[in-house]
Amino acid sequence: MSSNGVRLTIEGTEISSPSGTLLVDAAKRMGIDIPVFCYHPKLKPVGMCRMCLVEIGRPARDRATGQPVFSEQGAPVIQFGANLETACTTQVGEGWQVRVFSGKAVEGRKAIVEYLLTSHPLDCPICDKGGECPLQNLTMEHGAGLSRFLFDEKQHLAKHLALGELIFLDRERCIQCARCTRFQDEVADDPVIGLSQRGRRLEIVTYSDPGFDSYFSGNSTDICPVGALTTADFRFGARPWELNAAASICPHCPVGCNLTLNTRRAAGGDGRETIKRVMPRQNEQVNEIWICDKGRFAHHYAHSADRLSRPLVRENGTLVEASWEAALNRAADLLGRLGAGLLGLAGGRLSNEDLFNFRALIEGLGGTPVMDDWMAGGDLVRQFGVYPGTNLGTLGQGDAVLVIATDLHEEAPIWWLRIKQAAERGAELIVANARQTRLDSYSTQQLRYAPGDAVRAGLGLLGALTGDPKLQSYVEDRQTTAAAKALSAARNLIVVYGNEGLDYPGSEALARACARLLSAGNHLGRPNNGLIAVWPRANTQGAWDMGLRPLPAGLAGRLEQSTGAYVVAADPVGDDPTVGQLLTGLRGLVVQDLFLSPTAELADVVLPVQSFVEREGTFTSGERRVQRLYPAMPGPVESLADWKIFAELGHRLGLELEGRTAGQVFARIAAQIPDYAGLNYTDLAVSARQWPEVGGEDLYYGGTAYDNRQGLGVQLAPRPGGEPPEWLAAAERRPSGDLLLIPISRLYDRGATVLPSELLSLRLAELKLAIHPEDAERLGLIGASRVELSWDGRASTVEFAIEQDVPRGAGLVVRSTGLPLNRPTEVGVRPASS
Amino acid sequence: MAEPIVLRHRTLPGLDRLTAYRENGGYQAFEKAVRSQAPEAVIQLVKDSGLRGRGGAGFPTGVKWSFLTPGVFPRYVVANADESEPGTFKDREIMERNPFQFLEGVAICAYAAQANVAYVYCRGEFWDLTGELDRKIAELERAGLLGERLFGTDYSLRIHTHLGAGAYICGEETALLESLEGKLGQPRLRPPFPAAEGLYGKPTVVNNVETLANLPPILERGADWYRSVGTKQSPGTKVFSLSGHVERPGNVELPLGTTFRELIFEHGGGIPGGKAIKAILPAGASAPILPAADDVLDSGMDYESLAALGSALGSASIIVLDETVNIAWAESKITDFFEHESCGKCTPCREGTYWMKHILGRLMGGEARSEDIGLLESVGSGIRGKCLCALGDFAALAVTSGIERFGTDFEIHAVNGR
Amino acid sequence: MALAEKHRAEIQAILAKYPPEHKRSAVMGLLYLAQREYGYLDRQAITEVGDLLNLEPTEVGSLIGFYTLYHDRPGPTYRLQVCTDLPCALRGAEHFARELRRSLGVAGNEPPTDGEFVIEEVKCLAACDRVPVFQLQEPEGIHYYESQTIETALAVVEEIRGRTANG
Repeated sequence: MSSNGVRLTIEGTEISSPSGTLLVDAAKRMGIDIPVFCYHPKLKPVGMCRMCLVEIGRPARDRATGQPVFSEQGAPVIQFGANLETACTTQVGEGWQVRVFSGKAVEGRKAIVEYLLTSHPLDCPICDKGGECPLQNLTMEHGAGLSRFLFDEKQHLAKHLALGELIFLDRERCIQCARCTRFQDEVADDPVIGLSQRGRRLEIVTYSDPGFDSYFSGNSTDICPVGALTTADFRFGARPWELNAAASICPHCPVGCNLTLNTRRAAGGDGRETIKRVMPRQNEQVNEIWICDKGRFAHHYAHSADRLSRPLVRENGTLVEASWEAALNRAADLLGRLGAGLLGLAGGRLSNEDLFNFRALIEGLGGTPVMDDWMAGGDLVRQFGVYPGTNLGTLGQGDAVLVIATDLHEEAPIWWLRIKQAAERGAELIVANARQTRLDSYSTQQLRYAPGDAVRAGLGLLGALTGDPKLQSYVEDRQTTAAAKALSAARNLIVVYGNEGLDYPGSEALARACARLLSAGNHLGRPNNGLIAVWPRANTQGAWDMGLRPLPAGLAGRLEQSTGAYVVAADPVGDDPTVGQLLTGLRGLVVQDLFLSPTAELADVVLPVQSFVEREGTFTSGERRVQRLYPAMPGPVESLADWKIFAELGHRLGLELEGRTAGQVFARIAAQIPDYAGLNYTDLAVSARQWPEVGGEDLYYGGTAYDNRQGLGVQLAPRPGGEPPEWLAAAERRPSGDLLLIPISRLYDRGATVLPSELLSLRLAELKLAIHPEDAERLGLIGASRVELSWDGRASTVEFAIEQDVPRGAGLVVRSTGLPLNRPTEVGVRPASS
Repeated sequence: MAEPIVLRHRTLPGLDRLTAYRENGGYQAFEKAVRSQAPEAVIQLVKDSGLRGRGGAGFPTGVKWSFLTPGVFPRYVVANADESEPGTFKDREIMERNPFQFLEGVAICAYAAQANVAYVYCRGEFWDLTGELDRKIAELERAGLLGERLFGTDYSLRIHTHLGAGAYICGEETALLESLEGKLGQPRLRPPFPAAEGLYGKPTVVNNVETLANLPPILERGADWYRSVGTKQSPGTKVFSLSGHVERPGNVELPLGTTFRELIFEHGGGIPGGKAIKAILPAGASAPILPAADDVLDSGMDYESLAALGSALGSASIIVLDETVNIAWAESKITDFFEHESCGKCTPCREGTYWMKHILGRLMGGEARSEDIGLLESVGSGIRGKCLCALGDFAALAVTSGIERFGTDFEIHAVNGR
Repeated sequence: MALAEKHRAEIQAILAKYPPEHKRSAVMGLLYLAQREYGYLDRQAITEVGDLLNLEPTEVGSLIGFYTLYHDRPGPTYRLQVCTDLPCALRGAEHFARELRRSLGVAGNEPPTDGEFVIEEVKCLAACDRVPVFQLQEPEGIHYYESQTIETALAVVEEIRGRTANG
């Protein structure tokens, strides 16, 4: 880099800067903060606000000869331009002298501040941005005490405009820097806000329905340099300087975005500590400085007043409050008598510490701990996951990404964002799905397969890549061959797989095909190579790492063989009410959760737990990065962390489990799980200075995302283990119903972690069946408004909609909207009699 | 002047019909260029002629063409027919009355730039005119003078019109390109310039209508002939749009270097009602106002001389103001114009034109305070040199030059009100 | 999709002017077409134009306010726009506009009682040698009326009234 160095002098200090560096960044790196508004290090410079004016002197050249001109003393003559120039649009030049704090430059910037303030309202006392507002800071530095502008001539514009119900706009505060519209355009590729009108009336508008319809809209409020854009979640909520900040990890999806939780006591009511807002925490290797709107807004469940706050035990048929002592004794008693028929069912929101102790407890009692999940491959990710040093933000020309059987925009938006950007930088992107998804338009190649046939597509790629004769029957078309060629030519390859349209054996087969694809092309063992699974929960990978597995055949059959169950962070009855019957038939049922779920209502003992905002722990992301959570606020007085409860039960049952601190549980993990060997909480808390700088003294530069001082996490090395297992043949599909019903994901569904966030209520997915027009006709549904679905002797009536881009033969239903099906199922379909 | 070069329809009636145009030598230059001249040769010829952009900047046309990035294709040519400068109406007459010379000029430029597609960006108000141009273009296609494989060579050219929708800023060439691409008509950062990255990011030449209309005569009669008219640094003729307080407003084509006096008093018929001339705005709203003293009236109208007077020739929209005009009022009209047309992209222009408009509004309305003239001057000066494009500078200069050169006109309003 | 059905040929002609991978350029021409069809550019018009060009409604709708000749709300069918910019003002255009309004009994920019047309003042129309000048803006297009007198202008207004009366 420095061989390409450009030498120049800024404010008297000579530096060397890589060629192509913008002057404002070069100054930043040496500690000189040139104020900016429209410039943002993650956006293309536009030179609109004119705030970053500096004086630039360039070595003079003879007009005729073009040769440099020297003074008598032999120094190059420096010619300063007549006008100030914008530092954000100018790349460093050899031999330049730049004056940032000269009288002329300071006066020039003062004028710009004055112009901005002529229209800007005196809202500071009521403006959310006060205290973290760059315009406020600059005004304190440069502004005149008294405005020369007459108040009567000030523009009066809308101040509480909802750009959609999540983001509010104050038109008077907007300084037309266009960071928001440019972010939506360049980064999110969701041009759902734009600039309209001209001159002083230039304003932000949205024509999307719902307004500002983008999963990344909240980020615009971080980079807005004034209080023009605020979130409905936080506005008028608190002052930034009143807020406490704690580092955490998003609990919703396997990306593992780094968060900062801002808390404060509630002003009224009981004065409980509450989360005022969720902010991004910078981690350039995971989420950069962004989070999606689900991570930002769907936090209310974690500190809801409806939480379980006391243990419950069943007395005479009803659940009554009990002390922990009584509840634990009862639970231990129950569990201890279930023997090998004990089934432990755990959900993926649990931390590694929880899962480790859970497994130790259940297995210590002779039972079987399983995951409440329907997707396979975590053991393969342990062996063939992305290698440490992998950073999606570094992919570009020569690299490739294969995304198969997943809709990333809905399931892991920040991965969608980073992979899309990789493709925009020139990476080969191959998207394979039965239907069109939002990643298609950035892909270099698309593979379409019939609904449910992701395994065939994966094996087709493998066959085309390896030439294996046994696989040639799967190589069905030129697209597969072309895609395989692109994959083999790539220097680095990352394969991202999901389970859309697959049952458990199918996802196992797909995971194996993907692992073999990587191995066959020698795309393992170095950064930016490996396998990523799009799990449905945040710490599913951690669950696999801790040794838990889903039930291949599903829950129902297993429950029939069990004596009892210990259900933690899962709600099988809520997912499927018929499971309730199986649970009531058990000898004992202990449920441990945040809310009194339908499953908990059937339990003998219900134990209240702390949510992710109230405790320590670690999550392992889909890229196998282990990251720490820190407590942001106290939970209900009588709630405990899951790992602690398991330890307490264990002690009562004669098992030696670590129950003192989360860090000590993690030490056991490091001692017993080879992947985690040598790790400890201190290592996970190591952070480093990142670029671009955010959240520092000069808020205007990167926005108000928080800098990261609590840890960047550690990416685990894949376990050595030789070749991936043999590939599995694609299951023969025997269409036995009218349609193959395929559950798909939407970011805003009706699950327990989303519903409590009322501000999202207008955007939640509806329960309805989406089918292709031809299928609608074939099944005689034209004119009907509802359909009756039937499968396995059961039936359910739902709304339906005809949509052109549903694959023929498939019916799509969004998960967690109320249909008790979470894997692809052949269903009968007929119009419902009204 | 011997004969018009651009407004040839004044002496050759019916030139707006293709048959008449061709009978008078039309399209011979284009055909000859395509058949037998290399694009580089055409560029060199235009360079040698010294033709300068007639839209306002006065940049040497051939030099601008030579900045096209070698080896990068496709190329585009865009004719800037967004004529919106107050007091300018020359491009309209050229396109209405001598359209084929203009279109031939577009074709020559396209050939030199090795572009196969050219656009004519017309301001939205030129609705009828644009429709007429479409019909003329269709006629040229039927006559084999536009389209595929022209004159039996490999060269193909299509010309399309594109209608603007009422925004003066779209006359700025990079804002024009943004508008042509279907976005807000806001100027881009320069560099890169259109010759390197223009329409759709490809090398593009943007030229004014009058500039292009000069090309067929230059190709026909050569660089030396062109240089024999006008001045050394500003060769050729200019179509001066004369308006305001004159007997005969209208377009007058004269060699560059002709004096104001000749234009205004000979061709324009002098000031109506026997009034005295007070001031001249030589470039519509976009150059400092000139007091109509003898040194100004006897100055030649060309790019260098106007700069020496502390103003600019621009597009040569000569607005004449007589003794009855209060200059502060005139500048308030101009400020109003710029405030209306500011695109809003950059802070100083967006906020500054709004502020100046309000201060001038107070002055004109008799509500000015004593410090308002100083404030006005300060706000104007604060804008200068800080904007993304020239509009802000023009707005600032209008005000500061007015105050500097006709200060009493402002003071009258501050003291007496209306 | 009323536009696509009714004006297929014209839409194709507009699109054909630009390279297919840059069809966004056609948005201005299509907005004029939609404005002609619907009288003004409402949500539906914006969505239809967006669908034709694969653009988000916001990318289309945000342009409307930037350009003075596009209208995003219902208004008078005929806009009689008198230039009162500096060169025209020097030749009496402001007085002409006032007189015209007075003759028609309208104040400011109010539409006269029949609501079908309005008198507005606009910026330079590039007709500075034929003052007074106004342009008549209607959804079908724009036409210049130059070198006007109050009488000739009133005659134009009468003609408009005749048109609207006859539907």
